[in-house]
Amino acid sequence: MQTSSDTGTIRLPIGSDVDLAWVRQQVRQVAAELGFGLVQQTKLVTAVSELARNTLIHGGGGQVEMTALYRGPARGLRLAFTDSGPGIRDIDQAMTDGYTTGSGLGMGLSGAKRLVQEFSIDSSPGQGTTITVAAWATGLPHPRAEAG
Amino acid sequence: MSEQGAAEESTAVLVSEFLQRRQEQIAQRWADADLFRTVFTVSRDEAVEACKAVVDALSEAAAAGRVDDITAPGFRRVRDQLGRMAASRARTGASPGQIAGEVADLRQPVIALLRGEFPDPAGDQAQECVLALTRLTGTLRVVVMETALSAGEEVIARQREQLLEVATPVIKLWDGIVAVPLIGTLDSARSQVVMESLLNAIVAERARHAILDITGVPTVDSLVAQHLMKTVAAARLMGAECVVSGIRPAIAQTIVHLGIDLGTVVTRSSLADALAYALRRQGIVVASGPPVGVSLS
Repeated sequence: MQTSSDTGTIRLPIGSDVDLAWVRQQVRQVAAELGFGLVQQTKLVTAVSELARNTLIHGGGGQVEMTALYRGPARGLRLAFTDSGPGIRDIDQAMTDGYTTGSGLGMGLSGAKRLVQEFSIDSSPGQGTTITVAAWATGLPHPRAEAG
Repeated sequence: MSEQGAAEESTAVLVSEFLQRRQEQIAQRWADADLFRTVFTVSRDEAVEACKAVVDALSEAAAAGRVDDITAPGFRRVRDQLGRMAASRARTGASPGQIAGEVADLRQPVIALLRGEFPDPAGDQAQECVLALTRLTGTLRVVVMETALSAGEEVIARQREQLLEVATPVIKLWDGIVAVPLIGTLDSARSQVVMESLLNAIVAERARHAILDITGVPTVDSLVAQHLMKTVAAARLMGAECVVSGIRPAIAQTIVHLGIDLGTVVTRSSLADALAYALRRQGIVVASGPPVGVSLS
């Protein structure tokens, strides 16, 4: 991680469908305040919706930590989704388009990764899962994890 | 039963008898307390009657030896009344904390009366009784708060159900064309209602085209997309073609990045475009006539 001065962290619970809506609203509001454009807001909120639902459905609930990032003139938002569920056995497989253990489309994790600039998963079976993402409002060119 | 348990029981019975004996005096004092005075503004007699009912409830709970039990049968009878009182206080702007405080204020007058019953108010038996009565009024406070909260939950649950119904109208746009303007979060329960009402409308209106407008849906993630595709597929099985309209630029870019393939679904950016598409498919031509107000002759 590059150094960046962080301000206050907002912690929101994820335990029900109502919480999902609340998390989406909060993220949209904070992103708008940080200067995210409409398209960036929509992408970030959609990614958050996918990841928060993963936390709820596969992790059995958990929480999200939201931290505003300031790196020079750039403004960003880091979100860490944590659950203490069964964990992910094969992360590569989970990140594959169309792979699902439930009844969804299997686009949640892989799709969310394409919607944000930084993405990391920390998980092992039985140890729960933490997914950390970060998105930056326009300004500095940011390094892209994916090629193409 | 242990000796201590037996002693506690006899204390509770004493308290119960005291409450019965002094019911009128207690009720007269409580009727002037904030909780009852502000709720029963029309007549003081009403307040006194309400107070008596609460005294009876406390007495019954004490007689059963359940001074700490909010599920004691005595409380059940006054639960409705307490709920209405708390709701009435809440409507006039009292916070839950204030209401709890007002219930706590009922303790002092009745404790004072109880002390007066004993020749030696500092004696052991008097202390025991005061303690039991204090616990009893504490339980009353919990009962009031619990009743008030569960009433709030009922209201919320009812409103949720109403919202499900209200927020999904199916509109007939033309002969054989129906539309559903979707607004807000499309969770599983909502999308189920949407699908049901749309399929019913397709039958009722003999519709061959159905338009799902998502202008009012703030976030389209993979679950929402899946709900949309299921609805489209179900409509198709009934012989109706679905058009998804109201796809804003930001939503379009997000769907592409998310990797969802909506290729099998007919989509349009606006409801007007979707209607035009449906009309054309049905062979209906809308021509512009002469301007209104201009006479042809």
